[in-house]
Amino acid sequence: MKVAVCVKQVPDTESDRKLSADFTLDRAAADGVLNELDEFAIEEALRIVEANGGDVTIVTMGPERAAETVRKALSMGADSAIHIVDDALAGSDSVSTAKVLAKALEGKGFDLILFGSESTDARAGVVPGMVSELLGVAGLTMANAVTIDGANVTIKRSTDAGVDTVTAATPAVISCVWAMNEPRYPSFKGIMAAKKKPVETLSLADLGLAADEVGRPGAWSAVVNAAAKPAKAAGQKVEDAGTGGVVIADFLATNKLI
Amino acid sequence: MSDVLVLVEQTDGVVKKVTNELLTAARALGEPVAVWIGPGYNDAAAAQLAEYGATVVGVFGDAELVKHPIGPVVDALAYAVAGHNPAAVLVAATADGKEIAGRLAIRTNSGVVTDVVDVAADGTCTQSIFGGSVIVTAKVAKGTPIIAVRPNSIEATAAPAAGTRADVTVEISPAAKLATITATEPAAKASRPDLAEAQVVVAGGRGVGSTEEFRTIEALADVLGGAVGASRAATDAGWYPHEYQVGQTGKTVAPALYIAAGISGAIQHRAGMQTSKTIVVINKDPEAPIFDLADLGIVGDLHAVVPQLTAEIEKRKA
Repeated sequence: MKVAVCVKQVPDTESDRKLSADFTLDRAAADGVLNELDEFAIEEALRIVEANGGDVTIVTMGPERAAETVRKALSMGADSAIHIVDDALAGSDSVSTAKVLAKALEGKGFDLILFGSESTDARAGVVPGMVSELLGVAGLTMANAVTIDGANVTIKRSTDAGVDTVTAATPAVISCVWAMNEPRYPSFKGIMAAKKKPVETLSLADLGLAADEVGRPGAWSAVVNAAAKPAKAAGQKVEDAGTGGVVIADFLATNKLI
Repeated sequence: MSDVLVLVEQTDGVVKKVTNELLTAARALGEPVAVWIGPGYNDAAAAQLAEYGATVVGVFGDAELVKHPIGPVVDALAYAVAGHNPAAVLVAATADGKEIAGRLAIRTNSGVVTDVVDVAADGTCTQSIFGGSVIVTAKVAKGTPIIAVRPNSIEATAAPAAGTRADVTVEISPAAKLATITATEPAAKASRPDLAEAQVVVAGGRGVGSTEEFRTIEALADVLGGAVGASRAATDAGWYPHEYQVGQTGKTVAPALYIAAGISGAIQHRAGMQTSKTIVVINKDPEAPIFDLADLGIVGDLHAVVPQLTAEIEKRKA
């Protein structure tokens, strides 16, 4: 099995995340880390090739510094990586991102293309489905379990209504949900080995895309304005003197919430 | 006036409340046309869609449409977009709704905006990002604006319209048939409302202490007719299932009332709940950051305060 995992460098959710003056993510304001949900996808990919043979390629689109994220993914055990980096990509929206990733993935013979179900910064969760649409392959999204049987792949798909079992022949795109597995920590050996693993750097020109198809000029949607949410007016804080429950009930009644 | 397509969210033929919200939002943009996918269209659904302003309901009733995930819905909506040339397409910002929106954007060469909390008449969308700490306005620049609206963000108001039924058939694309649903295991039908749609959410965190103690949280949720949520600390500890996790790596909720018990309020958690309208906090630690969000905060032990509150509400209801 030839497996790709698309990953994203995101601002650490524990840091103060900001937008720049041009409404793009202020990448300098926060530490860049591997999107947590992508760790489940990497783990799943590693398990798939451990059981079925094959190799895992990490694919990311991001600025130079996203190379750290690629190394982290490689240190978990992936074999190689593709890093799409180009100044013209700044300001890309989800549609542009999906188009770039699809271009990088197409024609490479991947049997499975894994994603985390969403990134913790944008949280749109649209890119995996978009890539399946662009590549014309099966979209097996929101997977909380994956089984491989020859050229068929079956997932348990979590929906609001329950759990569906969904089957498709490869190639397929799979998006992985929170806690579907327990991602491994990179070992010391893995960290050392990652330094020597091949990372292919691709520019827009390498992908055959024009600068005006992506980034801010090519965006299908644009941010018009952004502002910090006004701080909430302080509420009342009461020390429980044995009647805390009654105090809340009174508050709820006053506010017509009960 | 242009048409505005609204994808109906329904489970077993029961139209979800978010659909009323979508129809309300759609009326600001044009004439709402509801799109129903799959079998099971019924009189109650028709009445509800008409009450909230659907001029027409396009019923794609073919059972084949629900045998493959997402793809056929995209086929149906793309067909409706081609036929109506709508001012916008509105879907619910659920996991499935967002995926439909994204794939429809690719299919129709359009832009998409997700997690929208308000839509203006000119199509400008308000989004709440980074867990509600930043408010952004965004606009689709190309094609048909495809907008995924977060449940509980827009207040639904009735505005009766004809709701004329139009039966429609669409050919399912070969790509949509690549994945097939071979079995469906319905969620254990909880007596509680859906977390994303609930008007009241009672959530427990590290301070709850155990699986057993979560019964206290459930009892309060039940007396309020609400849903139960949990912080990541509580789900990671295995006290409550992951699907009830509220936060950065879980669900985002915006109920009328959010009660946080034994939750310190790490950014991780706040990201999923800080746009709730009224927030009540119960925590032993007076310095817990969650108090910054509280309309009412009680510094005290949830194991005493929560059962007392449950009993007090029961008493007042009696």
